Amino acid sequence: MASALINVPPRAKRGEIIEIKTLISHPMETGYRRTQLGGAIPRDIIRTFVCTYNGTEIFRAELHPAIAANPFIAFSTVATESGTLAFQWTGDRGFSETESVAITVD
Amino acid sequence: MCVVVLAASASAGEIPLTERRSGYDLMSRETRAMQDDDTANPGMLWVLEGESLWNKKTGDAGRACAECHGEARASMKGVAARHPAFDAARGRPVTLEQRVNLCRVDRQKAPPLAYESKELLALTAYLARQSRGVPIDVAIDQRTQPFLDAGRATFYRRQGQLNLACNQCHDDNWGRRLAGNVVPQAHPTGYPLYRLEWQSLGSLQRRLRGCLTGIRAEPYEYGAAELVDLELFLMWRARGMPFEAPAVRP
Repeated sequence: MASALINVPPRAKRGEIIEIKTLISHPMETGYRRTQLGGAIPRDIIRTFVCTYNGTEIFRAELHPAIAANPFIAFSTVATESGTLAFQWTGDRGFSETESVAITVD
Repeated sequence: MCVVVLAASASAGEIPLTERRSGYDLMSRETRAMQDDDTANPGMLWVLEGESLWNKKTGDAGRACAECHGEARASMKGVAARHPAFDAARGRPVTLEQRVNLCRVDRQKAPPLAYESKELLALTAYLARQSRGVPIDVAIDQRTQPFLDAGRATFYRRQGQLNLACNQCHDDNWGRRLAGNVVPQAHPTGYPLYRLEWQSLGSLQRRLRGCLTGIRAEPYEYGAAELVDLELFLMWRARGMPFEAPAVRP
């Protein structure tokens, strides 16, 4: 699966509020379901999502079993300087996914 | 005389062409926004995956889809909107999923992909995406007419323990509620689509099988002639409506 879709405006004015939208492919298995034979399906979810802007953490989210598959997370920040927005999702079974996007601020 | 009266009453419930509405129109504003924004539409995850599969060499022939078909944006535009389409070798209409697998087996010398597998959904989603906005136009001629008639017969046939036919909900009672859900007109304008209930992308046949289970009928197998014919009839019934894959539905 294509892992993540990220939408960040490529250019912004200094001080402008920008919206960041992220969508990641993940089953978000709750751990409460069972197979047809009654065996427990182990939990497999994303636990945390972190966004850093030039190394500074600007957004963090904790995810829980009630969140649907393929979590969509949107938030906003203030465009302060040109640089990189880095995104990291970590979860059960050693799941870890990173993406980064460049932004130009003028 | 009696026959004429019966025929007239049987078709009374059909939805006039101008009053047809996509399931999109019956959704909440939030779900519509999700479909409209490519960065919020989870179906796009499959489309991106399909794009990489399109360009990947596979099978004993070692060829990628792109080597024969080129740029999908141009060569595949409108293709999903005219399937199921007649296949001369098989002597019957085939769905987009079957067409992909025929190409894999005959040309790429690769094993067919399983129905509802990630790869098949990804490829069909990528193909269907190229037809967004194209009016649905399945070819009805002498060769496909018998299959269209068979699909129509399935649509109007009462089935299952609840003894319901498709038209009893989707022609006669669309727009009303079945439990908490609005009954749509059942126009397959956006398949394969992301269904929030499934938390995944799925094909039209998955949806049809779900409906059959709902009326407590035994669902036909994936790829069964009955499902393909029904798919053909539904696409004909939605003729001219714009294609919107990958759609999002509740």
